[in-house]
Order: sequence, then C-alpha cells, then structure tokens
Amino acid sequence: MQRIGVFVCWCGSNIAATVDVAAVSDTLKNEPGVVFSTNYQYMCSESGQNILKDAIRDYQLTGVVICSCSPRMHEATFRKAAAAAGLNPYMVEIANIREQCSWIHKDKAAGTEKAIILGRAAIAKVHLNAPLTAGESPVTKRALVIGGGIAGIQTALDIAEAGFEVDIVEKQPTIGGKMTQLDKTFPTLDCAACILTPKMVDCAQNENISIYAYSEVEEVKGFVGNFHVKIRKKARYVDTTKCTGCGLCTEKCPVKKVSNEFNLGLDNRRAVYIPFAQAVPKVATIDADHCNMLKSGKCGLCAKVCTAGAIDYKQKDEIIDREYGAIVVATGYQPIALDKYDEFAYSQSKDVVTSLEFERLTNAAGPTGGTLLRPSDGTHPHTLVFVQCVGSRCEDDGRGKSYCSKICCMYTAKHAMLVREKYPDTEVYVFYIDVRTPGKNFDEFYRRAVEEYGVHYIKGMVGKVAPRADGKLMVQACDLLANEQLHIEADMVILAAAIEPDPSARHLATMLTASMDTNDFFTEAHPKLRPVESPTAGIFLSGVCQGPKDIPETVSQASAAAAKAIGLLAKNKLTCNPCVAHSDEWMCNGCSACEKVCPYGAITYMDKEFRMPDRTTAIRRVASVNPAVCQGCGACTVACPSGAMDLDGFSNSQIMAEVDAICKMK
Amino acid sequence: MQNEMTTFKPKIVAFCCNWCSYAGADLAGTNRLTYPADVKIIRVPCSCRVNPMFILRAFQRGADGVIICGCHPGDCHYTTGNYYARRRMTLLFSMLDFLGIEKERTRVEWVSAAEGAKFAATMNDFVATVTKLGENKRLEDLRCKK
Repeated sequence: MQRIGVFVCWCGSNIAATVDVAAVSDTLKNEPGVVFSTNYQYMCSESGQNILKDAIRDYQLTGVVICSCSPRMHEATFRKAAAAAGLNPYMVEIANIREQCSWIHKDKAAGTEKAIILGRAAIAKVHLNAPLTAGESPVTKRALVIGGGIAGIQTALDIAEAGFEVDIVEKQPTIGGKMTQLDKTFPTLDCAACILTPKMVDCAQNENISIYAYSEVEEVKGFVGNFHVKIRKKARYVDTTKCTGCGLCTEKCPVKKVSNEFNLGLDNRRAVYIPFAQAVPKVATIDADHCNMLKSGKCGLCAKVCTAGAIDYKQKDEIIDREYGAIVVATGYQPIALDKYDEFAYSQSKDVVTSLEFERLTNAAGPTGGTLLRPSDGTHPHTLVFVQCVGSRCEDDGRGKSYCSKICCMYTAKHAMLVREKYPDTEVYVFYIDVRTPGKNFDEFYRRAVEEYGVHYIKGMVGKVAPRADGKLMVQACDLLANEQLHIEADMVILAAAIEPDPSARHLATMLTASMDTNDFFTEAHPKLRPVESPTAGIFLSGVCQGPKDIPETVSQASAAAAKAIGLLAKNKLTCNPCVAHSDEWMCNGCSACEKVCPYGAITYMDKEFRMPDRTTAIRRVASVNPAVCQGCGACTVACPSGAMDLDGFSNSQIMAEVDAICKMK
Repeated sequence: MQNEMTTFKPKIVAFCCNWCSYAGADLAGTNRLTYPADVKIIRVPCSCRVNPMFILRAFQRGADGVIICGCHPGDCHYTTGNYYARRRMTLLFSMLDFLGIEKERTRVEWVSAAEGAKFAATMNDFVATVTKLGENKRLEDLRCKK
C-alpha cells in the first residue's frame, strides 16, 4: 500500500473562491492510502513547496497528489520539489482543479464535489504509479532555420555567433525575404536594403552558417536534440560553385516576358534571372517553366555566353540529409489575395495596387526606378487614396481575417508621408477604421504625417472604387466623423491588404507536429511566458509565422528564439521522457500489431530464448521497445491484442482506476 | 443553472489528449468559459491511447456519456495517433450502438490547443444531449452499484 499525501492549493482565491478547499482536503483524507492531507494558499510558492518536502520526509510518503492548477503549468515544479525531498518525481500526480474546475464553475457545491472526484481519480492513479527513471539522449549541435527572411537571418546570425553551426533553408533563390522588397522602414525611414543587405552578406560569410537557398524541407523525423531532416535542393540548372553572378546570361536570354515575382508582376524578367542585385547567394537561376532549352531543347544561349561554364541543363533536384538538435521556424507571411474584394477594383484597374506593390513603385531599385508613376499609363498621379484594413479585422471569415495585421497603420503613414515629401503637389487621403500606433516613436510618426505633411486622415471605409473611361478612379467613401458621403477622383488607390501566414507553413507544421491556431499562425508554448517556443520540444518560432509583427518586433523575437535554441544546443545531454511503452515478453505473442502502428519505428522484434514452465527451452518472437526512440503516444498499447504492451505513467490499470474513481457511485 | 425540471446530472468522462484538447480545456478555463461540472477529464498522451476497454469500463461503471477529444486530423503530436483513434472509435461506437448504447452517448471531437471556446461549446452540447437521453443502464454492471 502506498503512503499518499494530498495537497490542496487555494491559488489565492482562484481555486478557493469556487471550491471549498478545506472540504476537499478533509474528504480526501479518508481515501484509502492517504496518510496526510492539507491545504495551503499557494502550493507552488517556496513555503508551499516546503510543506510538500517536509510532509514527504515526516510521513514517509510514497506518493503525492497535488490538487492545483493544470499539470501543464506546475507539474514540473512539484516533481522537482518531490525529487528534492527524495521521492521519485514520477510518484507525483496533479488533479487539475483550477483550469478544469474552479475557473469554469460558478456553483461552489458543484465545484467542490467535482474537485473531490478529480482528487480521488488522482489518488487512484498514484496507487498504481511506479518510480520511473528518465534516460538521456545526446544533442546534435546544429540548428536548422526554416525561412531566410529578416527573422531567419537574425536567428541564424545569433546562433552562429554563439559558436554553433546553423543551416538556413529558403525556398526562394535568395535569402532576404519580404524586407528586400521594402523601400523605407518606419519609424526612422532608413532604407530597408541598407540595413538588411549587410546582414545577408554576414550570413553568407559566416563560416558557421550554410545557406540552402531555392530549397525546401521535405521531411522531418526524430525529436528534440535529434531531428533528421531531408532538404530538397531544387535544381537551378546553374552550378552555384561556378556561377560568379555576372548577370550576362540574364541579359542574353531570349525569353523576356516572364512576370517578375520580385517586383510583384509589375515588370518582367528573363527565364534565367537573379532576383535582385544584392541577392545572396548571388547566382543565376533558370526558371524551368519558361526556359526554351529545358522545355524544347532549342536554345542554349545562356550556356554559350557563360564564361564560367556554370549552366547545367541536366541538373537534378538534390536531397540533403542532415541532423539537427533544434529547429527554428521563420516562414513569414504574404499579403492575402484580393480576389474577394471586387469593390476596390483591384483586378480591374492597374492603378489599384497593394501596399507591397506600392513599395516596389517607390523603390529606387523597383520597376520605375523610384519615380512614382501610375502603372496604367506611366503618368504622375496627383490624388492618392489609401484604404486601410482591407481584409484585416474582417468579420466575414470567408473574405478576410478577423485579426489586426498590425503593420498597416504604420506603413500607410510612411507611404503617405513619403509621397507628400517627394511630390508636394499631391493630395493624399487615408481611410481608416482606427489608427493603431503603439510602439516606440510610432504615434509621433503618425502625427507627423497628419500635422507636418498634411495627409488627410478620414475615419471611414471606402465603399466602392469605380474605374472611369478616362483612367480616373472614382472613390466612394463615407466620413464617419462628419457623417457625409465623399466622392474622390483619384489617380491611384493603394490597398493595405491583410497579411496571412505563408501557405507553406501549414504543411510544415504537420511535418514538425507543431500546433497552429485557426489562422494558421504557429502556436507558442505559452502566450505570455514562452512566446518563442512551440509546444513541441525543440521547435522554436521566429517572426510573423507566430503572429503579425513589424520589423523591430520580428528581430527581437528572432534573437529570443536564437537564445532559446542556443540554450538547447549548449546542453550535452537531454533528459528523455520516461513515460514510454514497454512490453511484457511473457504475454507478447509476436503478432507485430504494435510495430505497424508505431510512428517512430521504436518497436523491433527479436527471437529470444525462454525457459518454459515444463523446463524446456523455447525460442519465441517477442517485441521490444527502444526507450530512446519511443515518444510515449500509446498507440501500440491499444493495438496489442494480448495486452502485453503498456505505457509507463499512463498504464492501462492507471487509466482504468481513474475511470472507476470518476464513475464511482456516491 | 440548467433546466430546473431535470434534476438528473449525467456522469461524463472526457478523454483529452495532452497536446491539443487538454490544453484546449485549460484555455477554456483560462477564459472562464463555463460548462457543466458533470464533465470529468482524464488526461492521456494521445487520443490513440484510449483503449476501447476504458470506454466499456466507464459505461459498465455507470457513465452516461464518453467523449474523446484529440488534435485535428493532420495535427497529431504523434503524427498519426488521432487517425487510429478515429478508426477504432468508429468501430466501437457502432458496436455500442448495436448493444443499446445510443450513439449520441459517445463522441469523438477534434479540439486544438487554441480552441478553448470550441471545447466549452462541445462540452455544453454533449452534456445537453446526454442529459436528454437520461441515465444509461444498458451496460451498467449492477455489482458496481454499491
């Protein structure tokens, strides 16, 4: 018989307000095996932990039940305290009477009754607990960063700086991400390229960093400290070791009308291309969908002009196998498609552009060389209308996003300010629902746009944009504060499209078994206290893949993710989860049912010699579990027809005991 | 409180996977979303850990409803566990239905760690459904009723 101690936490008034904690501890005192029962204000506090430690020593407890908050919160705390008092940490069970009892029930009698039942279930389970010892696994001292935007770059640089090797996998031909497309950055108005490109070069030159550009993660296996990753390095049809990035091939290629994705289709590129002048790695890429040579075998001009002999039409995708200790996700975002926003005439008029397209139109390296011209006829626009929250804070889920995209207020203020500064002859209108400018120097920045630059900020939404035959755009809007309808004859309309997670993130999350929220942003382990870790151990989150962020926030989160990854890589050994499956060899009949359902390949079969009761020796085929590989899901325990397979910490008898305790008649 | 007419309080066992649904249940609590105290949660590492025997045992011991919550298909922490759970439970529930345990008393739901509201709504709905069906006596082992 176990000697069990029960500790009921008040959690201040969080539990005590809806659960009669004294009644719970008094009732549970009478449960079989309970030799000590008490309640205390804050069990997790130092004095609370001391009560636990003293009781373990004074009453020679062999099992502990804590009725408190969720085990996801403080299970580790109490296990550590128990271990400090000489009790095996896996002899501690938590009854969740806060998140799953006191916080959801208003009626004190019902709450108390439920807390007692949950306590009983935990006691019933502890009776069947056995001391477990955690094994250890080594840590591969190498990190993988998925995504090479500013988030991924910063994370990789920080990890490399700490002396660990790190690989960046980027699906585009160059690292840099969305920030390379921006013109200037708020609130300081320094040029994006001037602050980003040196970091890109740092990445290329850092000997601890390997860049796999034009590559994608194909498969992820393993677990924290020991991830096995397959990276698909897509064929560029250019030998990156030979290419000097001179750009001669991109000038001679006869296929000239390929939409240039770097400029968001505002101009064209060739079939062989370098995305932009400062690309890292600066090597050419052949677009197989448009290259004549690859499509029909008739051309080969680029190979003829390449003095380095770098063109290789026979290149194939390459699969790279690598092992990592930590993985940082930095997959970033994209603006939403605006096909469901017909009222803004985005698909009808070239002069209705998204804000990211507008960045390219004002960028000195953009299609117009930095001169703001209407995309339709190349004339100078005089009246510009900015529309905010296009798809953000949208209640209609089918059309837009319910969340605030966070960056639009600030970049729109920036655009408006830059236009007025460069072209004082323009009239600039901004339609908004609310102007949200929290952040260092952000509100000052917005006020400058209004007060110094005379941008017309109008509270209200644009109802319709109608292109007229003469090229003007008729903007119908309402001014909510003046309560009047407005009709503005605009030359350009700029839409602040909502941002959404990069579509590749969904598939990646499945591979990493990292959870996502309903908007496909990665979920953090704790929204306040563990914001850069995924609930899946060894997976860290950097940048917009976790939620909308501006550049300063992205960079700070990227460095935080790096610090967490470094903390993991700096360890030589990790403690494994001891709650793993094991097989009773005498009961196992060697059917292989468990082996088939194991997602980790942790179960193997072997022929083993057994001394039978009749003193003969028999060779039987039995299952054995590799505890270092088993992750403890328990799929095998249910698949096992003979009941030989069981899971430590969540054994069949333990769960049965919990079921019994919950269903027991009063 | 609930309908004054019904004094019947069902006994409901909810198996929640540690990674998604248990966290979803915690989130429901953190957001103070209420659902009846009749629901008692048992934490399991994965929905695939739920042995059909646990469900039979629960009904035998007088449970009025059993619900299994796991990660959404494709999001399982252990990659494929919830698919096994879904297949096993489909089979088990149809057998239970055949034995006279109405299929409304058994349910599999996918609740992610971010869906506290869904967890509370699911539990409210399930409790209401089971309350309407009344007490489960079909599989109850009278020897347990002491």
